[in-house]
Amino acid sequence: MKFTKLAAASVTALMVATPVLADLVFPSLSYRTGPYAAGGIPYADGFADYFTLLNERDGGIGGVMTSAPECETAYNTEKGVECYEATKGEGALVYNPLSTGITYQLIPKVTADDIPLYTPGYGRTSAANGKVFSHVFNFPANYWNAASLAVNHLLDTNGGDLSGKKVALVYHNSAYGKEPIRTLEGLAAKHGFELLAIPVDHPGQEQKAQWLQIRRERPDFVLMWGWGVMNQVAIQEAANIRYPMENFIGVWWSGGDHDVVPAGDAATGYKAVTFHGVGSDYPVFDDIQQYVVGAGKAAGNGDNIGKALYNRGVYAAMLLAEAAKKAQEIHGTPDITSSMMRDGMEALEITDERMAELGMPGFGPAFTVSCENHGGPGTGAIQQWDAAAGTWSLISDFGPSDMEVIQPLIDEDSAAYASENNIEARCN
Amino acid sequence: MFYREAGDFKTSYRDDSQTFPIRLDRMGYYILMFVAFFVVPFFINDYWVNAVFAPFLIYAIAALGLNILTGYAGQVSLGTGGFMAVGAYACYKLMTGFPEVSIIIHILLAGGITALVGVAFGLPSLRIKGFYLAVATLAAQFFLVWVFNKVPWFYNYSASGQINAPERSVFGVMVTGPNTEAWAKYMICLVFVVVLAWVARNLTRGMMGRKWMGIRDMDIAAEIIGVNPLMAKMSAFAVSSFFVGIAGALFFSVYLGAAEAGEAFGINKSFLILFMIIIGGLGSIFGSFAGAAFMVLMPVFLKNVLVGGMGWPTDLAAHFEFMIVGGLIVVFLIVEPHGLAQLWRLAKEKLRLWPFPH
Repeated sequence: MKFTKLAAASVTALMVATPVLADLVFPSLSYRTGPYAAGGIPYADGFADYFTLLNERDGGIGGVMTSAPECETAYNTEKGVECYEATKGEGALVYNPLSTGITYQLIPKVTADDIPLYTPGYGRTSAANGKVFSHVFNFPANYWNAASLAVNHLLDTNGGDLSGKKVALVYHNSAYGKEPIRTLEGLAAKHGFELLAIPVDHPGQEQKAQWLQIRRERPDFVLMWGWGVMNQVAIQEAANIRYPMENFIGVWWSGGDHDVVPAGDAATGYKAVTFHGVGSDYPVFDDIQQYVVGAGKAAGNGDNIGKALYNRGVYAAMLLAEAAKKAQEIHGTPDITSSMMRDGMEALEITDERMAELGMPGFGPAFTVSCENHGGPGTGAIQQWDAAAGTWSLISDFGPSDMEVIQPLIDEDSAAYASENNIEARCN
Repeated sequence: MFYREAGDFKTSYRDDSQTFPIRLDRMGYYILMFVAFFVVPFFINDYWVNAVFAPFLIYAIAALGLNILTGYAGQVSLGTGGFMAVGAYACYKLMTGFPEVSIIIHILLAGGITALVGVAFGLPSLRIKGFYLAVATLAAQFFLVWVFNKVPWFYNYSASGQINAPERSVFGVMVTGPNTEAWAKYMICLVFVVVLAWVARNLTRGMMGRKWMGIRDMDIAAEIIGVNPLMAKMSAFAVSSFFVGIAGALFFSVYLGAAEAGEAFGINKSFLILFMIIIGGLGSIFGSFAGAAFMVLMPVFLKNVLVGGMGWPTDLAAHFEFMIVGGLIVVFLIVEPHGLAQLWRLAKEKLRLWPFPH
């Protein structure tokens, strides 16, 4: 039968496929195709380039070479499952799928397989509660921090008073986009503004109706939880209805260079939340230029350096490399397993001095991860786009988010997960 | 020479009308069943079940369901993704609402609920046909996904609108949740596939199937010879949706473990399953399996060859995958517009005469 033939052929294909075995494996479930590739490519490049830099410059981590084998998910959960299973056997230390949908799917799986899952700035927000989510880490900041940071910025620019204002949320109609709604509802109650949630269905190429609604409702501010092609379209539509860009704030996933460039000059003034530094003015990028791009070993063609999402990929890779180093220290062996990696992530400590040593002074916050807190400090800043210069610049300091509203929500959501899945609280 | 029916005599009507009248076919079928039930479970690992067998078996159920409706009864449907979502959400609500009841019963009930929904959306088929019906079922697709996104009751008011399958077991063996053994996951899918394929085969060759095919071939003529179009069409929608609902329930609970309506059950899913039955062969049980195998296994196979075997960059391989699969679909449809099932039938005809074709 046809099926048996195909099965036999795939058996041979799998046997031919010998994985590249390196000692420290950080699989990169990336997406370089599909409607979300615009954000996926620079992130995957940054992630891969940092590990290449460690190999080329330092000879790996603690003397052991690293590798970041890629697997294409196209932001699709079924392919994500296939990629997870395919790379799991290669000694994967930690997963960073860059997709909230895939994260939801992997949370129970990684816990059963004893592999940590790292979701910086995305994924399931309540995973910040380490008492319930033993294998999931989302430091240094999560969606609910972002929502609060955006509202804090609005408070700052409006003299600390938002009562009677109307804030619209344009969101990707998926788990990702729905995450901030609860926090924003809490914040709306606290500060007395009105929240208007406007969903955009996947992939978001058509948003005329949504922006017509914004034109009619005249919200004072618009927040956006978008990803992929949806961001570009939203910014273009906002420009088309002449919505004032300085009142339009995106989450960090809506703050890439590729999101604002298509709208041209009209995008000037658009703001986005960020949890790490902007631009390429850090020594680490000179090293990447020298050891990786210069040596012809870059994952992309090297023109993404300094772009917002490339930086985020580098930042994520750096934190994982530091955690791996910590794990090597704790367990006294350079050849760590995924279980040791989890311990390293839970004991991770990032200081300002260490950031400077790594060539990233002030790039991200100093923080420590603990058994209870897997979410980091939740600090962030606001960046603003200047189309003429073609750069993002920070217009605020890295400030704290409103944990008074967020923490109860984290506790509530993680308690619901714990009771659904009969999880005993850890860290007692 | 090897494959022939000479000397294979039938002495009863029962023997004559069996599914595999040729002894060699029958043997092949028994061997396949033996391997599927008694060999594969001992060798299967997480990768094989999650990347190959679970999706293949589950999509085969969905393709069987759509083939009953489109291939046998001639009613074009673009609502398969939406009906799978009904199965998945029904299963989720039942699993979380009645945790003490067996998951098998929940999956069957989810199929039943989907059958009711399918009948409701099938009512327009009494008045409209062809492309117009396709558009009506397209409405079902969008409406159902919208409902599951919009009404928080369906996802138990979770913050993200995701549904997560809790752990459930059959006879003390975990079949859903992260701690499921590979063989358990495989076996539950396999049992459903085998039972449902057997049901489908026997429905389609019995009176019900003949009524469906009568409606498909010429509905007015069928009505004149006494086929009730209301009953025939509604039963086709009900049985088809039952199958699709079970596929949706398994897809969510056993295979993915977590899902959201828009991403997992979007319009793409409807098209994918429609392509499966077109490539596999409309109106053929084997075609449903062949089509599902082609659409599920081909991309995984190509990925393993291009990325794993030849070391290509993942993005290049992903683009080539689209082109190769697309090209193969075009080639297959030009060479044999009736699908892989017809190719298989022709191959068997040729083999019967081989090596003396005259």
